[in-house]
Amino acid sequence: MKARVTVTLKSGILDPQGKAIEGALKSLGVDGVASVRQGKVFDIELAATDKAKAEAALKAAADKLLANTVIENYRVEVLS
Amino acid sequence: MKSAVLVFPGINRERDMARALKLASGNETAMVWHAETALPKGTDLVVVPGGFSYGDYLRCGAIAARAPVMDAVRDFAASGGLVLGVCNGFQILCESGLLPGVLMRNAGLKFVCRDVHMKVERSDTPFTRGYNAGQVIRVPVAHGEGNYEADEETLKRLEGDGRVLYRYCSAEGVVDEASNFNGAAHSIAGIVNERGNVLGMMPHPENHVEEIMGCTDGRGLFAGLVQQFEKAA
Repeated sequence: MKARVTVTLKSGILDPQGKAIEGALKSLGVDGVASVRQGKVFDIELAATDKAKAEAALKAAADKLLANTVIENYRVEVLS
Repeated sequence: MKSAVLVFPGINRERDMARALKLASGNETAMVWHAETALPKGTDLVVVPGGFSYGDYLRCGAIAARAPVMDAVRDFAASGGLVLGVCNGFQILCESGLLPGVLMRNAGLKFVCRDVHMKVERSDTPFTRGYNAGQVIRVPVAHGEGNYEADEETLKRLEGDGRVLYRYCSAEGVVDEASNFNGAAHSIAGIVNERGNVLGMMPHPENHVEEIMGCTDGRGLFAGLVQQFEKAA
Protein backbone atom coordinates (compact mmCIF):
# COMPACT_ATOMS: atom_id res chain seq x y z
CA MET A 1 0.00 0.00 0.00
CA LYS A 2 1.42 3.37 -0.99
CA ALA A 3 0.92 6.43 1.11
CA ARG A 4 2.04 10.00 1.35
CA VAL A 5 2.55 12.22 4.37
CA THR A 6 2.82 15.93 3.65
CA VAL A 7 4.30 18.16 6.34
CA THR A 8 3.85 21.92 6.13
CA LEU A 9 4.60 24.81 8.45
CA LYS A 10 1.66 26.15 10.41
CA SER A 11 0.39 29.50 9.25
CA GLY A 12 2.01 32.35 11.11
CA ILE A 13 5.30 30.46 11.50
CA LEU A 14 8.13 32.37 9.86
CA ASP A 15 9.50 30.43 6.89
CA PRO A 16 12.83 31.98 5.83
CA GLN A 17 13.44 29.20 3.28
CA GLY A 18 10.06 29.82 1.66
CA LYS A 19 10.83 33.54 1.57
CA ALA A 20 14.16 32.90 -0.15
CA ILE A 21 12.50 30.65 -2.74
CA GLU A 22 9.83 33.30 -3.26
CA GLY A 23 12.54 35.90 -3.88
CA ALA A 24 14.35 33.59 -6.32
CA LEU A 25 11.14 32.94 -8.29
CA LYS A 26 10.52 36.67 -8.56
CA SER A 27 14.08 37.30 -9.74
CA LEU A 28 13.62 34.55 -12.37
CA GLY A 29 10.69 36.52 -13.70
CA VAL A 30 8.04 33.94 -12.79
CA ASP A 31 4.92 36.08 -12.79
CA GLY A 32 2.18 36.24 -10.22
CA VAL A 33 3.89 34.51 -7.28
CA ALA A 34 2.27 36.02 -4.21
CA SER A 35 4.01 33.86 -1.60
CA VAL A 36 5.80 30.53 -1.10
CA ARG A 37 5.73 28.22 1.91
CA GLN A 38 7.95 25.16 1.72
CA GLY A 39 7.44 21.77 3.36
CA LYS A 40 8.26 18.08 3.14
CA VAL A 41 6.73 15.07 1.42
CA PHE A 42 7.26 11.49 2.63
CA ASP A 43 6.33 8.66 0.25
CA ILE A 44 5.84 5.60 2.38
CA GLU A 45 5.16 1.99 1.45
CA LEU A 46 3.20 0.02 3.99
CA ALA A 47 2.82 -3.73 4.49
CA ALA A 48 -0.73 -3.23 5.75
CA THR A 49 -3.63 -3.85 3.40
CA ASP A 50 -6.28 -2.37 5.68
CA LYS A 51 -6.79 1.31 4.94
CA ALA A 52 -7.86 2.29 8.44
CA LYS A 53 -4.87 0.53 9.99
CA ALA A 54 -2.55 2.14 7.49
CA GLU A 55 -3.90 5.58 8.30
CA ALA A 56 -3.51 4.95 12.01
CA ALA A 57 0.12 3.88 11.49
CA LEU A 58 0.85 6.94 9.35
CA LYS A 59 -0.72 9.24 11.89
CA ALA A 60 1.45 7.68 14.61
CA ALA A 61 4.52 8.12 12.40
CA ALA A 62 3.71 11.78 11.81
CA ASP A 63 2.97 12.51 15.46
CA LYS A 64 6.02 10.70 16.79
CA LEU A 65 8.62 11.72 14.26
CA LEU A 66 7.78 13.12 10.84
CA ALA A 67 6.27 16.39 12.05
CA ASN A 68 7.09 18.68 14.92
CA THR A 69 3.54 19.60 15.83
CA VAL A 70 4.71 22.72 17.65
CA ILE A 71 5.31 24.35 14.27
CA GLU A 72 4.08 21.92 11.63
CA ASN A 73 0.83 20.47 10.32
CA TYR A 74 0.63 17.20 8.45
CA ARG A 75 -1.72 15.48 6.04
CA VAL A 76 -1.93 11.71 5.58
CA GLU A 77 -3.09 10.19 2.27
CA VAL A 78 -3.35 6.54 1.36
CA LEU A 79 -2.70 6.51 -2.38
CA SER A 80 -3.39 2.91 -3.42
CA MET B 1 30.63 16.43 39.95
CA LYS B 2 30.18 13.34 37.80
CA SER B 3 29.14 14.21 34.27
CA ALA B 4 27.92 12.11 31.40
CA VAL B 5 28.16 13.39 27.82
CA LEU B 6 25.83 11.79 25.30
CA VAL B 7 27.28 10.68 21.98
CA PHE B 8 25.14 10.42 18.86
CA PRO B 9 26.37 9.71 15.32
CA GLY B 10 27.24 13.08 13.79
CA ILE B 11 27.93 14.85 17.08
CA ASN B 12 31.30 16.66 16.98
CA ARG B 13 31.62 18.77 20.14
CA GLU B 14 31.57 15.95 22.67
CA ARG B 15 35.32 16.02 23.31
CA ASP B 16 35.42 19.79 23.77
CA MET B 17 32.60 19.39 26.28
CA ALA B 18 34.29 16.53 28.13
CA ARG B 19 37.50 18.55 28.32
CA ALA B 20 35.74 21.61 29.72
CA LEU B 21 33.91 19.48 32.29
CA LYS B 22 37.13 17.80 33.39
CA LEU B 23 38.87 21.13 33.64
CA ALA B 24 36.16 22.44 35.94
CA SER B 25 35.46 19.35 38.03
CA GLY B 26 38.74 17.41 37.96
CA ASN B 27 36.77 14.26 37.19
CA GLU B 28 36.77 12.17 34.05
CA THR B 29 33.59 12.50 32.04
CA ALA B 30 31.62 9.43 31.01
CA MET B 31 30.85 9.23 27.30
CA VAL B 32 27.46 7.59 26.83
CA TRP B 33 26.54 6.06 23.47
CA HIS B 34 23.05 6.82 22.15
CA ALA B 35 21.98 3.18 22.16
CA GLU B 36 22.51 2.83 25.93
CA THR B 37 19.35 2.51 27.99
CA ALA B 38 20.80 3.72 31.29
CA LEU B 39 23.11 6.47 32.52
CA PRO B 40 26.23 5.62 34.58
CA LYS B 41 25.44 5.24 38.28
CA GLY B 42 25.95 8.40 40.29
CA THR B 43 25.66 10.78 37.33
CA ASP B 44 25.16 14.37 38.54
CA LEU B 45 24.97 16.13 35.20
CA VAL B 46 23.98 14.96 31.72
CA VAL B 47 25.27 16.99 28.78
CA VAL B 48 23.88 16.81 25.27
CA PRO B 49 26.70 18.29 23.19
CA GLY B 50 26.75 20.11 19.88
CA GLY B 51 27.27 18.86 16.36
CA PHE B 52 25.09 17.52 13.61
CA SER B 53 23.44 14.39 14.96
CA TYR B 54 22.21 12.19 12.13
CA GLY B 55 23.33 14.84 9.65
CA ASP B 56 20.47 17.12 10.76
CA TYR B 57 18.19 14.85 8.70
CA LEU B 58 14.45 15.44 8.97
CA ARG B 59 14.82 18.32 11.48
CA CYS B 60 17.83 19.25 13.62
CA GLY B 61 17.88 16.95 16.64
CA ALA B 62 14.68 15.12 15.66
CA ILE B 63 16.17 11.66 15.30
CA ALA B 64 18.57 11.91 18.24
CA ALA B 65 15.65 12.98 20.43
CA ARG B 66 14.07 9.55 19.84
CA ALA B 67 17.24 7.54 20.65
CA PRO B 68 17.05 4.92 23.43
CA VAL B 69 19.31 6.90 25.79
CA MET B 70 16.85 9.80 25.77
CA ASP B 71 14.33 7.78 27.80
CA ALA B 72 16.98 7.48 30.51
CA VAL B 73 17.62 11.24 30.24
CA ARG B 74 13.89 11.96 30.58
CA ASP B 75 13.75 9.83 33.75
CA PHE B 76 16.89 11.53 35.05
CA ALA B 77 15.38 14.98 34.44
CA ALA B 78 12.06 13.92 35.98
CA SER B 79 13.90 12.97 39.17
CA GLY B 80 15.51 16.43 39.29
CA GLY B 81 18.87 15.64 37.67
CA LEU B 82 20.63 18.48 35.86
CA VAL B 83 20.69 18.36 32.08
CA LEU B 84 22.60 20.78 29.83
CA GLY B 85 22.10 20.89 26.06
CA VAL B 86 24.36 23.01 23.87
CA CYS B 87 23.67 23.89 20.23
CA ASN B 88 22.50 20.64 18.61
CA GLY B 89 21.96 19.54 22.22
CA PHE B 90 19.47 22.39 22.67
CA GLN B 91 17.70 21.31 19.49
CA ILE B 92 17.61 17.71 20.74
CA LEU B 93 16.14 18.77 24.10
CA CYS B 94 13.40 20.76 22.34
CA GLU B 95 12.62 17.88 20.00
CA SER B 96 12.51 15.44 22.92
CA GLY B 97 9.93 17.54 24.73
CA LEU B 98 12.22 18.33 27.66
CA LEU B 99 12.16 22.00 26.68
CA PRO B 100 9.37 23.96 25.01
CA GLY B 101 9.63 25.63 21.62
CA VAL B 102 11.74 24.96 18.59
CA LEU B 103 14.97 26.14 16.92
CA MET B 104 14.17 27.40 13.43
CA ARG B 105 16.44 28.36 10.55
CA ASN B 106 18.38 31.55 11.34
CA ALA B 107 16.36 34.55 10.17
CA GLY B 108 19.20 35.57 7.83
CA LEU B 109 19.33 32.03 6.39
CA LYS B 110 23.11 31.88 6.92
CA PHE B 111 25.12 29.57 9.13
CA VAL B 112 26.72 31.89 11.67
CA CYS B 113 30.12 30.97 13.13
CA ARG B 114 31.64 33.71 15.29
CA ASP B 115 31.83 35.09 18.81
CA VAL B 116 28.71 36.77 20.17
CA HIS B 117 27.81 38.36 23.49
CA MET B 118 25.12 37.26 25.82
CA LYS B 119 23.73 38.59 29.02
CA VAL B 120 23.31 36.44 32.10
CA GLU B 121 19.79 37.27 33.23
CA ARG B 122 20.01 35.88 36.76
CA SER B 123 22.63 34.22 38.92
CA ASP B 124 20.47 32.17 41.28
CA THR B 125 20.32 28.99 39.20
CA PRO B 126 22.68 26.00 38.99
CA PHE B 127 23.48 27.01 35.42
CA THR B 128 24.34 30.65 36.10
CA ARG B 129 25.63 30.80 39.68
CA GLY B 130 29.19 31.19 38.39
CA TYR B 131 28.21 34.62 37.03
CA ASN B 132 26.64 37.80 38.29
CA ALA B 133 23.16 38.78 37.19
CA GLY B 134 23.47 41.20 34.28
CA GLN B 135 27.00 40.10 33.45
CA VAL B 136 27.90 40.11 29.74
CA ILE B 137 29.96 37.19 28.47
CA ARG B 138 31.53 36.44 25.11
CA VAL B 139 30.88 33.00 23.65
CA PRO B 140 31.23 31.37 20.24
CA VAL B 141 28.22 30.30 18.18
CA ALA B 142 28.22 27.97 15.19
CA HIS B 143 24.76 27.15 13.91
CA GLY B 144 22.34 27.51 11.03
CA GLU B 145 19.23 26.74 13.06
CA GLY B 146 19.34 28.70 16.29
CA ASN B 147 16.37 30.98 15.87
CA TYR B 148 14.36 30.13 19.00
CA GLU B 149 10.60 30.31 18.51
CA ALA B 150 7.64 29.39 20.67
CA ASP B 151 4.01 30.41 20.79
CA GLU B 152 3.09 33.67 22.56
CA GLU B 153 1.72 31.83 25.57
CA THR B 154 4.96 29.87 26.06
CA LEU B 155 7.13 32.98 25.63
CA LYS B 156 5.01 34.82 28.17
CA ARG B 157 5.43 31.98 30.63
CA LEU B 158 9.20 31.76 30.03
CA GLU B 159 9.59 35.48 30.68
CA GLY B 160 7.15 35.56 33.60
CA ASP B 161 8.88 32.68 35.37
CA GLY B 162 12.38 34.05 34.73
CA ARG B 163 13.30 31.02 32.65
CA VAL B 164 15.31 32.93 30.05
CA LEU B 165 18.79 32.61 31.55
CA TYR B 166 20.87 33.85 28.62
CA ARG B 167 20.01 36.50 26.05
CA TYR B 168 21.97 37.81 23.05
CA CYS B 169 23.19 41.36 23.51
CA SER B 170 25.83 43.82 22.32
CA ALA B 171 29.30 43.93 23.91
CA GLU B 172 27.91 46.69 26.14
CA GLY B 173 25.01 44.52 27.26
CA VAL B 174 22.28 46.14 25.19
CA VAL B 175 19.65 43.67 24.02
CA ASP B 176 18.61 44.93 20.59
CA GLU B 177 17.81 43.82 17.08
CA ALA B 178 21.38 44.28 15.85
CA SER B 179 22.81 41.84 18.41
CA ASN B 180 20.04 39.29 17.82
CA PHE B 181 21.98 37.71 14.94
CA ASN B 182 19.73 34.70 14.39
CA GLY B 183 16.37 36.37 14.92
CA ALA B 184 15.45 34.44 18.08
CA ALA B 185 12.24 35.44 19.83
CA HIS B 186 13.09 37.85 22.68
CA SER B 187 16.79 37.43 21.77
CA ILE B 188 16.72 34.10 23.59
CA ALA B 189 20.07 32.29 23.76
CA GLY B 190 19.23 29.87 26.58
CA ILE B 191 16.19 28.73 28.55
CA VAL B 192 15.38 26.31 31.35
CA ASN B 193 12.40 24.02 31.83
CA GLU B 194 9.68 24.71 34.38
CA ARG B 195 11.54 22.93 37.16
CA GLY B 196 14.77 24.76 36.34
CA ASN B 197 16.94 21.64 36.02
CA VAL B 198 17.18 21.41 32.21
CA LEU B 199 19.02 24.15 30.30
CA GLY B 200 19.28 24.46 26.55
CA MET B 201 21.49 27.09 24.92
CA MET B 202 22.79 27.74 21.41
CA PRO B 203 26.26 29.24 22.18
CA HIS B 204 29.25 27.07 23.09
CA PRO B 205 30.58 27.97 26.57
CA GLU B 206 32.83 24.87 26.41
CA ASN B 207 34.90 26.59 23.71
CA HIS B 208 35.82 29.54 25.93
CA VAL B 209 37.34 27.93 28.98
CA GLU B 210 41.12 28.07 28.51
CA GLU B 211 43.55 30.95 27.93
CA ILE B 212 44.70 29.39 24.67
CA MET B 213 41.14 29.75 23.34
CA GLY B 214 41.48 33.51 23.63
CA CYS B 215 38.69 33.89 26.15
CA THR B 216 37.60 32.17 29.36
CA ASP B 217 34.09 33.61 29.71
CA GLY B 218 32.54 30.15 29.43
CA ARG B 219 34.25 28.93 32.61
CA GLY B 220 31.63 30.44 34.89
CA LEU B 221 28.94 28.07 33.72
CA PHE B 222 30.99 24.97 34.48
CA ALA B 223 32.47 26.38 37.70
CA GLY B 224 28.93 27.19 38.84
CA LEU B 225 27.76 23.66 38.21
CA VAL B 226 30.71 22.24 40.14
CA GLN B 227 29.95 24.62 43.03
CA GLN B 228 26.37 23.44 43.02
CA PHE B 229 27.48 19.90 43.81
CA GLU B 230 30.14 20.95 46.32
CA LYS B 231 27.41 22.80 48.16
CA ALA B 232 25.12 19.78 48.04
CA ALA B 233 27.83 17.37 49.22
